Amino acid sequence: MSNPFLKVENLKKTFPGPRGEPPLTVFENVNFGVEKGEFICVIGHSGCGKSTILNVMAGLDDATDGYVFMDGKEIKGTSLDRGVIFQNHSLLPWKSALSNVIFAVKARWPGWSRDKIRAHAMKYIEMVGLQGAEHRRPSQLSGGMRQRVGIARAFAIEPKLLLMDEPFGALDALTRGTIQDELLDIWSKTNQTVFMITHDVDEAILLSDRILLMTNGPNAQVAEAVEVDIPRPRTRETLIKHDQYYQIRNHLVDFLVRRSKELSGKVTDTQTVRVGGADEGSASAGNDDSRQAAAGGS
Amino acid sequence: MLANVNVRAAIVSIAILAVLLIAWEASVPGGAIGGDEELSEYEMLTGGGSTSGSSIPAPSAVISHAITELSDPFYDRGTNDKGIGTQLLYSVGRVLTGYGFAVLLAVPLGFVIGMSPVMQKALNPYIQVLRPISPLAWMPLALFIIQDSIKSAIFVIFICSIWPILVNTAFGVASVKKDLLNVAKTLELSPLKTAITVILPAAAPTILTGMRIAVGISWLVIVAAEMLVGGTGIGYYVWNEWNNLDLTSVIFSILMIGVVGMILDTLLASATRMVQYAD
Ligand SMILES: Nc1ncnc2c1ncn2[C@@H]1O[C@H](COP(=O)(O)OP(=O)(O)O)[C@@H](O)[C@H]1O
Ligand SMILES: [Mg+2]
Repeated sequence: MSNPFLKVENLKKTFPGPRGEPPLTVFENVNFGVEKGEFICVIGHSGCGKSTILNVMAGLDDATDGYVFMDGKEIKGTSLDRGVIFQNHSLLPWKSALSNVIFAVKARWPGWSRDKIRAHAMKYIEMVGLQGAEHRRPSQLSGGMRQRVGIARAFAIEPKLLLMDEPFGALDALTRGTIQDELLDIWSKTNQTVFMITHDVDEAILLSDRILLMTNGPNAQVAEAVEVDIPRPRTRETLIKHDQYYQIRNHLVDFLVRRSKELSGKVTDTQTVRVGGADEGSASAGNDDSRQAAAGGS
Repeated sequence: MLANVNVRAAIVSIAILAVLLIAWEASVPGGAIGGDEELSEYEMLTGGGSTSGSSIPAPSAVISHAITELSDPFYDRGTNDKGIGTQLLYSVGRVLTGYGFAVLLAVPLGFVIGMSPVMQKALNPYIQVLRPISPLAWMPLALFIIQDSIKSAIFVIFICSIWPILVNTAFGVASVKKDLLNVAKTLELSPLKTAITVILPAAAPTILTGMRIAVGISWLVIVAAEMLVGGTGIGYYVWNEWNNLDLTSVIFSILMIGVVGMILDTLLASATRMVQYAD
């Protein structure tokens, strides 16, 4: 963990206050690492600065303080090494699904031949199950299909890090479930490193290796990194048969409804937490420990 | 259902035209049989047609005049005797020249204004002052500086086309969704590439709407400009026919101005449809 693939150090973001009011520190003291091939989810209440952190990692926004390193180099500006999937599909509305993917592939590999670019793009269109609809424009696709194109476009450029900001937030529950399964499938095939924001606890457990929990803003911090060691491959069906699933779920829900507020502004170090597992007693004790450690540090 | 609506609309349109033409024909004394000659005689008897309502030519006269003119629209027999088609071509040519220069200047400038809040603020006062000026008010200055009546007319078209294109381009460019610009950024597109492959297609419908407004205004203005500078063109032609007291010709020219204006508008409308996209 000392030198992870991606390292976020003491990140802080302050927005100037509206006329006469003091500046607003949205989050501060944010530290975490992401290993290659890891799937990380971030959960926290709306307004705690999740999107801002993601935008800083993408290079679309600047932090007030702190650093983000990838592969040992500090992140400055955007890069094709960091793909982003936005909450609103953000496809070019005048281009077909396939052309949207081609557009990104062409930017990534300008030297490739037309045929190669097209074949590569088509491979990812097929991966998200959109063959047959590839010539439709975004306005002719359903919300779920649009988001699938967005996923295909992001995976197609094979970034070193894929950032997703509540990618399924606007979808209905059924579509959401299907796309989650598809995303897991693609992720396992590509070994992509993913950093994703969600407000859906079940989604986080299904997808993540680790879940970062953020306290409420202002002055939000990452309080815990919850390890999810439910074996893969996971599906929504098998997941709910796991005891650990409920323990993690309870832990996350408890954090969101209670501790995210209590801990706000009191976190000194991000605690690594393992919930459940073989011995339930020790797991809940570990849970308590981390809470005391967090509280005692303040 | 739609076909049905179209058919009914066409029937109503034709009915309105028929009623108007019949009423017009009936209100002109001797109109139904009379032609050019008879009217001119009548005009001469009453000492000039302009003051008398009955001097308006009958639609049948206009139609027969139209058939004569349109059977040979492009003849050219000296300064004051050119076909209606020739005159219209002169005017359309001037409009397209002035308009073309306006597009070349206003679209890039609109991009700059739309992309840079500083330029937007810096140039806005100039635009706000210059835009409400009647294009014809520039004519004396243009004549003095350019010293050429044709070029001055083109300049006036240029000036009146700039504003709608400039304002619409700036607006279209400024309202391109931030998400799309972020996509361009994460794909590491150069500013030029972003402008051409993302901003231009995104703003194209708005830009073309501006261009459509501009071509409409240009066509309004060229008639007046040519009345002022004379020589050639449909505006000069109308004025000339008025001086000849040939009202049949005047009415026919007015209709042709409308038809050409409609064609120009239709062209730009279909171009707009081509770049239109659903969000
Ligand atoms: N440009 C800005 N100016 C001032 N405050 C901002 C700006 N952008 C975001 N904020 C504030 O920062 C906080 C975090 O925003 P955001 O990162 O979108 O949160 P989240 O994604 O967790 O819901 C919010 O309280 C928001 O009001
Ligand atoms: Mg957000």
